[in-house]
Amino acid sequence: MSSYTKSRQPANISAGVTQRNRLGEWVDRHSGTFFIAPCATLILIFAIFPTVYSIFFAVSRVRFTGDGLKFRYVGLRNFKKLFFGSSEVQFLGRTDPVSIFGYAIFIIIAVAVLVWLWRSGKYTTWVGMIGRTISAAMAIFLSWLLCASLLSGNAIGTLYTTLFYVIIGCTIQFVIGTGLAFLCSQPIYGKNFFRVVFFIPLMITPLGVGYAMRMLADVTKGPFEPLLAFLGLSDWIWSTDAWSARFVMMVGDSWQWIPFIFICMLAALENIPGDHVEAAQVDGASSPQIFREIIWPQVLPVAATVLLIRMIEAFKIVDLPNIMTGGGPGTATESMTLQSMFVWRANDMGSSAAIAYTLLILTVVVCASFFNYVVLGQVKRAGA
Amino acid sequence: MQQIFESPAIGKMSPMAKILAYTLLGVWSFFVLFPIYWVVITSFKDATAVNQGPFYIPFIDFQPTLEAWRVQFTEDPYCTVSAIGRQLWLLVYNSAVFVVSPVVGLNPMEPQICKVYLAFTNSFVISIFSTGLCVLVGSMAAYALARMNYAPRFGNIMVFVLLLIGVIVATTYLGVPWWASSSAGLAIFFFLLRALRGYFKMSLRNNDILFWIISQRILPPIVVVIPIYVMFQAVGMLDTHLAIILLYSVANMPIVVWLMYDFFRNLPIELEESAQLDGATRLGIFWEIVLPLTRPGLAATTLLTLVLCWNEYLFAVFLATVKVQTMPIMVSAKNTGEKGILWWEMSAIISVMIIPVIIMAILLTRFISKGVLLGAVKG
Repeated sequence: MSSYTKSRQPANISAGVTQRNRLGEWVDRHSGTFFIAPCATLILIFAIFPTVYSIFFAVSRVRFTGDGLKFRYVGLRNFKKLFFGSSEVQFLGRTDPVSIFGYAIFIIIAVAVLVWLWRSGKYTTWVGMIGRTISAAMAIFLSWLLCASLLSGNAIGTLYTTLFYVIIGCTIQFVIGTGLAFLCSQPIYGKNFFRVVFFIPLMITPLGVGYAMRMLADVTKGPFEPLLAFLGLSDWIWSTDAWSARFVMMVGDSWQWIPFIFICMLAALENIPGDHVEAAQVDGASSPQIFREIIWPQVLPVAATVLLIRMIEAFKIVDLPNIMTGGGPGTATESMTLQSMFVWRANDMGSSAAIAYTLLILTVVVCASFFNYVVLGQVKRAGA
Repeated sequence: MQQIFESPAIGKMSPMAKILAYTLLGVWSFFVLFPIYWVVITSFKDATAVNQGPFYIPFIDFQPTLEAWRVQFTEDPYCTVSAIGRQLWLLVYNSAVFVVSPVVGLNPMEPQICKVYLAFTNSFVISIFSTGLCVLVGSMAAYALARMNYAPRFGNIMVFVLLLIGVIVATTYLGVPWWASSSAGLAIFFFLLRALRGYFKMSLRNNDILFWIISQRILPPIVVVIPIYVMFQAVGMLDTHLAIILLYSVANMPIVVWLMYDFFRNLPIELEESAQLDGATRLGIFWEIVLPLTRPGLAATTLLTLVLCWNEYLFAVFLATVKVQTMPIMVSAKNTGEKGILWWEMSAIISVMIIPVIIMAILLTRFISKGVLLGAVKG
């Protein structure tokens, strides 16, 4: 394609070149630039430049004054406040008394990660080694935090609440979504009806989902009030307990996002050539065997990609907690984005940017690790 | 469960497996549809029907009433269809006034519309325009990445980026008008391009650019929204339609490029090659041959982008505060009342907000069941 030059054009076109044609030809010769430049410029202005500019906010104290913003350089003090200072409990959770159990688990995980790092040194380049070191450092930090807060019986902060939404949410959604896709890929009546119905929640405004869930979960006026009364739970209020509030949030989030996994996995399943399955059946393979040996390996690359996309979106969760609980009880259901938004409202732009930046680093490291070690591996295996 | 994974060509499902499958599907349909049903019927209740505990079926449990809809959509004197028409005309008129403002001084029109209709109009206009911009720009880039051997030199890119930063800084902090700074930047860019030609040999490949564009989706919006707020404030574009339209189209650009790249790559290349032999320009090929060929993909991408723009929340919270308030922001602003949330009125607004989306979702499934959106995930 690259060899599209004048030599391939009929001669009579370039014979009488007017001024206008010459301009047209110049544009055509550089058409690659003209096609890509608008998109690249927009992304540079509204994504890359603000991301870099955000660093200036994160290392400053920012004040609104009469004539614009006043920046005062404070170094890493905004981050220090998050990790060691006044926001530590809200952000990381309570990490004070670490139990023996917590220490034990942490040491096991840390050793496992280091062994993995040591072993992978044999077969990767030094660039890969840098990436793996970053992943390992993040894994050790996160596992320390998990052991010190949750596994030692302490409250978790917004960082782990976000991770809870990502890990637990994605797991639930992936399992149920894939299960539904399997059901719908079977020869059943009303396939198209189920397909449409199951797809709808994905498109509904997250804000509307939040309000609908809040109405449904209302313990006195909601539709499940008779059920709760029957179970003897009429005094139970989910929104005052941290974990039940988080799980109700997860129900709302799953309601919205299971369709995404469902629709992608259904497509992958329907793409499997039928003769593979039939051949295996003729050879006398049992259904679980067919599933394990033929269907699953073929959908695995798609599954990994879909999970990655879902993870990327899950890190951005904000509207559901904001609507359903406003981050409460206390700050138990606050995601990092929501915390950053609240801090911004309190006019502390520096801290807000610091939280946002931590979220960016967390997202990039987790998603890039997942992409490199899981998705690429699956795609390569499928290609081989 | 034993035979649930068999295809009909060989064996039929056993009755037990069938019953189990349909029960699961039925339960899930209920789980999906019930919240929507509940929102819709709550909008037909009055205060007592909501507050006295759950009532499920209209006409049997409670007497449905249109009170909530009346209060929300017709009570205010400016809540009429003509107010929407006037608002649309106002947008056209005020944009024209803005364009000619350096030459002719005209007064912009003042809005006369109630909040709900204003939010609806804003959401509508913003979704349409940002989707149009996003799909146009994104699919052009995707086409170039799929078909052209575009190898920009590192040096050129660096010069461009540095000049872009210069233009942004000059516009936002030094108060230079945007047209002056950007044309100066472009002029310097072409001058330097001539001067530096041949100095840098390394260049980017198409895949690098594609990966760079798609990976922008990882960026959490909260990271960029504060600087963008400050940038828009500096150029006086805070709370304008243009700002939100630009922002939404950038936010959805990665998805559009990703999906459209896949459609373009799967087109047969022969048509384009023969058009090239006939002397068609690249733009002509793109506009007259390639785009019509990808019409289903284009339609599906457009629908998806429309829905994403309609639903967007975080950017709107920060940047669309008063004049360009969109539906989600208007709804969440109703959250804070001294009487608590009036669920019946809230449900009426939410119904209006989600009905267009449900229609688009049904349209979109038609494309998906034809296998339109799947290639991208596989790749």
